Amino acid sequence: MEEFHHALKFKYELCIGCSHCTGVCPTAAIHVHNGKPILDPNRCIDCGRCYLSCPVNAIYIDQDDFKTIYNYKYPVLLVPSFFSAQFQERISNKAILSAFYHLGFKKVYEVERSVNLLKERYHELLQNENTDKPVISSFCPAIVRLIQVKYPSLVANISRIKPPLDITALFIKKSLENDGVDPKDIGIFYVTPCAAKIAAIKSPVGEDKSVIDGVINMNYMYNKVLRTIKQGEYKLVVDEDDFHTLSNESILFPLTTGEVRLLDFGRNLAIDEVHNVSDFLEKLENEDIDDIDFLELRACDESCAGGILCAGNRFLIAERQRKRVIKNPSTQNTDLMIEYKEYLNQNMIVGPVLPRSMDKLDDDISVAMRKMKKAFEINAHLPQVDCRICGYQTCKELATAIVNQNADLNQCVFIQRTLEQGDKLTTSEAVKITKKVWGDKKVDKNTLKNLNLE
Amino acid sequence: MNFKFIVEGGDFTNAGTASSHIKKMMKQLGVDSSIIKRTVVALYEAEVNIVAHAYKGEIEVDIEEDKIYIKLEDEGPGIPDITQAMQKGFSTASPKVREMGFGAGMGLPNMKANADILNVNSVVDKGTIVEITNFFKA
Repeated sequence: MEEFHHALKFKYELCIGCSHCTGVCPTAAIHVHNGKPILDPNRCIDCGRCYLSCPVNAIYIDQDDFKTIYNYKYPVLLVPSFFSAQFQERISNKAILSAFYHLGFKKVYEVERSVNLLKERYHELLQNENTDKPVISSFCPAIVRLIQVKYPSLVANISRIKPPLDITALFIKKSLENDGVDPKDIGIFYVTPCAAKIAAIKSPVGEDKSVIDGVINMNYMYNKVLRTIKQGEYKLVVDEDDFHTLSNESILFPLTTGEVRLLDFGRNLAIDEVHNVSDFLEKLENEDIDDIDFLELRACDESCAGGILCAGNRFLIAERQRKRVIKNPSTQNTDLMIEYKEYLNQNMIVGPVLPRSMDKLDDDISVAMRKMKKAFEINAHLPQVDCRICGYQTCKELATAIVNQNADLNQCVFIQRTLEQGDKLTTSEAVKITKKVWGDKKVDKNTLKNLNLE
Repeated sequence: MNFKFIVEGGDFTNAGTASSHIKKMMKQLGVDSSIIKRTVVALYEAEVNIVAHAYKGEIEVDIEEDKIYIKLEDEGPGIPDITQAMQKGFSTASPKVREMGFGAGMGLPNMKANADILNVNSVVDKGTIVEITNFFKA
């Protein structure tokens, strides 16, 4: 299987081996060995739940160096519309835009300016009789990957229309070329609110190479812009250009119901937060629910306003974004994109999304059968406490790891006690097993000396 | 590999438990997702039939390397005319059940469309036995 790029990485020197990340993962992609989390790259969907759960910030985002923008003579920045919603209201758009220019960008665009074009394609797709329903939005890359690994029977339902980011980037590249800018000089950079977008750009699903040249962490960008503004060294732009001229629909697009509100017909549903989405897809696979036309599914609570790299509280970001709509003077995206409509429409569709099931126990069905039987028996003897002391998320995951010869039954602390009672395991052997999973520190008898227990 | 599930008549909220379990197992075996889908649809339909019509029922599942066999046996009113029930649009569901959106009469034909082999046997006032077999290789 092809290796997939992941943007979430562990800083092992900071990790305290608490296994919180193991617990929250929606695909059970992390287990603990020798006191450290181990990531299964075939299961990870880059949703970032682990990043949020880590108490010591030992999970970081593998990102492009900001300096790479200087490799291009004409660096262009694409920012999600809610980037400015992270700042306090007294910081003006003019100031934000000025800071971007000060940092070296030649042009700055909001990502969602292609939403109007996208809307037309959504309508076409949904009104076509041959379309498999429900259509699942391809907007959130963590959800696309979730479906690939966990709900492979639904991959055909994923829309093949590119997200706004790709369409806007295509437009910019083409229009700058037409304006006489050498394509070699153009570098398109995207400010991302999440790890999943980085992964999607580095190893795109359904196409060979992304049109985006580099990705910048939104939290990093927020700090850089704020510092530039506070230090006041930048030159204030006179004209806001068309940096902040989006239609209401475009502004609301990255929030929950942002896609559903584009459709004024059919049965459409918006669900946010990855575990909520999992619950729903589980039900959908059972054909429990029918007659749904479109599903907007997003991995973060409050959609992109809850992106793990956003600076600030997701509810406040969403609220500021909604406020922007009230104050918004324009209801149309006033730009030249319409002139490029034909070109963009021709390049708006990606190849099919392929399944890559994580559940399959073996390529050979008779081996898989044997493993499944054995895992079932083992699981019946496990306590179902899902305590993670064995290093796995659940008892079931341990059972699977045992049949795949990645773990031993006696990693279960309850099994250990049972064996000790029957004199089949000594305390020192049990300690050794615990150390294998959790490292030496957590069961070092000398550490208690300094603690006054009397 | 054999499994048993108990189905309570009238408990619509839990209809689908067996199909959900079976789906997970077939995924582990790496069965083609279109075959999983067919099986789940047929089984779910049969499960809901027990919930809608019978007092209680039992589902026996036997998964082998090349096929899945499912037997659903219920204690209930039975089907007087199976040939008629196999036709699209025919329904015996009570008005109460129809109110919940079930009983549109698609049950048996839909099961037949999603099963490689479907057997239905019934004795009026005793119960119904439905057998579904799906093969893993087309």
